[in-house]
Amino acid sequence: MDRFVQLALSGIANGAILALVALGFVLIYKSSDVINFAQGELLLIGAYLTYAMVEQFGIWWPAGVVLAVILSAVVGVLIEQLVLRPMIGEPAISVIMVTIGLSSLLRAITGAIWGVTPRPAPQFLPTDTVTILGANVGIDRIWAFGLAIALFGILTLFFRYSREGIAMRAVADDQQAALSMGISVKTVWAVAWAIAAITATVGGILLMSIFGGVSGTIGRVGLLVFPVVILGGLDSIPGAIIGGLIIGLLQSFAGGYLPPEWGMGEVVPFVILLLILLVRPYGLFGQRIIERV
Amino acid sequence: MQSGTFHTTYASDVSLRPYWPQRIRIVLVLVLALIFPWFADRYWLNLANTIAIAAIGAIGLNILVGYTGQISVGHGGFLAVGAYTAGLMAVNLGAPMWITIPVASFVTAAVGAFFGLPSLRLKGLYLAIATLASQEIIIWLLTHGKLLGIGESLSLPRASNNLFGLPLEWLGNNDFAFYWVCLTLLILTVIFVSNLFRTRAGRAFVAIRDQDIAAQVIGVDLFRYKLLAFATSSFFAGLAGALTAHYRGVISWERFTIETSILYLAMIIIGGLGSVSGSIYGAAFMILLPALLSNVARALNDVVPNITTYLPYLQQGAFGLAIILFLIFEPEGIVKMWRNVKDYFRLWPFSY
Repeated sequence: MDRFVQLALSGIANGAILALVALGFVLIYKSSDVINFAQGELLLIGAYLTYAMVEQFGIWWPAGVVLAVILSAVVGVLIEQLVLRPMIGEPAISVIMVTIGLSSLLRAITGAIWGVTPRPAPQFLPTDTVTILGANVGIDRIWAFGLAIALFGILTLFFRYSREGIAMRAVADDQQAALSMGISVKTVWAVAWAIAAITATVGGILLMSIFGGVSGTIGRVGLLVFPVVILGGLDSIPGAIIGGLIIGLLQSFAGGYLPPEWGMGEVVPFVILLLILLVRPYGLFGQRIIERV
Repeated sequence: MQSGTFHTTYASDVSLRPYWPQRIRIVLVLVLALIFPWFADRYWLNLANTIAIAAIGAIGLNILVGYTGQISVGHGGFLAVGAYTAGLMAVNLGAPMWITIPVASFVTAAVGAFFGLPSLRLKGLYLAIATLASQEIIIWLLTHGKLLGIGESLSLPRASNNLFGLPLEWLGNNDFAFYWVCLTLLILTVIFVSNLFRTRAGRAFVAIRDQDIAAQVIGVDLFRYKLLAFATSSFFAGLAGALTAHYRGVISWERFTIETSILYLAMIIIGGLGSVSGSIYGAAFMILLPALLSNVARALNDVVPNITTYLPYLQQGAFGLAIILFLIFEPEGIVKMWRNVKDYFRLWPFSY
């Protein structure tokens, strides 16, 4: 039972981070139909920017984190303006490839600046453990979960009540109609990329504190976004959250209960991905508009 | 001056290269390919072999992505299947390469058809994500291969490099000998694939790419031809993988990760989707770019300090930048650029 609770709690914490990263992915897909293969690299950049602000420039950490979040939002908008804007109207494969090229470029830039050796993460989350239901859990993981929930709350309010948020939902719903109502689709895309970069940065900061360091490998989470969004539905925000939690839990249980030398934690999400695609390609909450031939 | 396509005989209509300039160019390229190894050193031979093997794999991927319109991010996995099939046969059975390479190709074709099954229900983005999953699953099988009796890496016995009983060393050193093997297989692949798109199956592939519903309406069996496209594409991936295994002598799974899949996708995007010659240009570009960068970096080492330590990032960055710039400025790839050059000279001085 202890083990179960332990695995469940760490799975939920990881799942919350996955959900954050997936949320940005879904936002971009919903508003501009772009499958973003560079989501993991946005996370990497966010984590490194935070490291640079707090450790290298020695800024007081709340200010450093805010600065890093703002900077990564700027990076997100720049990417949208410079790289994705010229790709409007190009076939799906070109758009996919351009984000793949982007991910390679971003990884090269972070690698050239910060190298391959893992950098120690700035410690601003407490590292002690608490006992919940007989299981020892790091407080940082609880923080991760709490922060993720808080961010979801803020984003939900943003989408429900703010002008920009409502405009984004309108564009996601019907681009033509939104355009004719005077909504600037271009602004919406820029905002979508900015939010995606921000959620990825927060995910990156949380991941970095849990791992205790930042290196190129944490960008690999970008690939895990695909099982999450397919499970939840490619265009569903609640789907991204629930999908993230499910995938996080499954990874944790598969890695914890099955023999470790099988490495099941790495492959289970992708097996699920294939199964979901075969059985229910629109996922749990996605719109059933997928074409079948 | 050639001002249009005017065929007067049936033979010229079905010819792959109907015009004299095209034939002269082909002969020139062949002659160059034949005399090249006698003057090149082992560094250049190694590059040429790598390009030839990559070109075979890229042509295979182009059958699937460029001609049939099914996006695949799993080509690296199929290369791995080919390489490991050939490797396991050579290690465990002591089979020579002229047996392992064809067998590995057919095995990979079967595996490719299996992983093509999701394409029956999915298309576009969803299929791309499904092939991503198959790539990750194949790599997981290799890295945890102890369960299946596969090691993580394999060393092939040198003795397996023989053709019909003749050891390959008989031709010369490893690079020189493999040059002829790779060149022959590349030429056979080019001839096969160029002709494939004049057959019923090839036309069906193109029909599926252009409009799948319309293709089904005119009687193309989507189920059959999509799987056939996956199988044919994987066949060449297996061929390239098996060749790599025998040429390098050592294989490990790191060679076949998702980065490899992306590299091959980049080759056909940069070379030109739906073009056999484009696949070759793209393969050459993608292999020569990092090699060129490392030479430049080594030459500049005295001028710019530490440039060689940044080399991996330079190469990776140049790779990403090349993809982005090509997609933004010349989405049809090197093939289109080459056509523009030819058109310029053909139309000169009347450029309109």
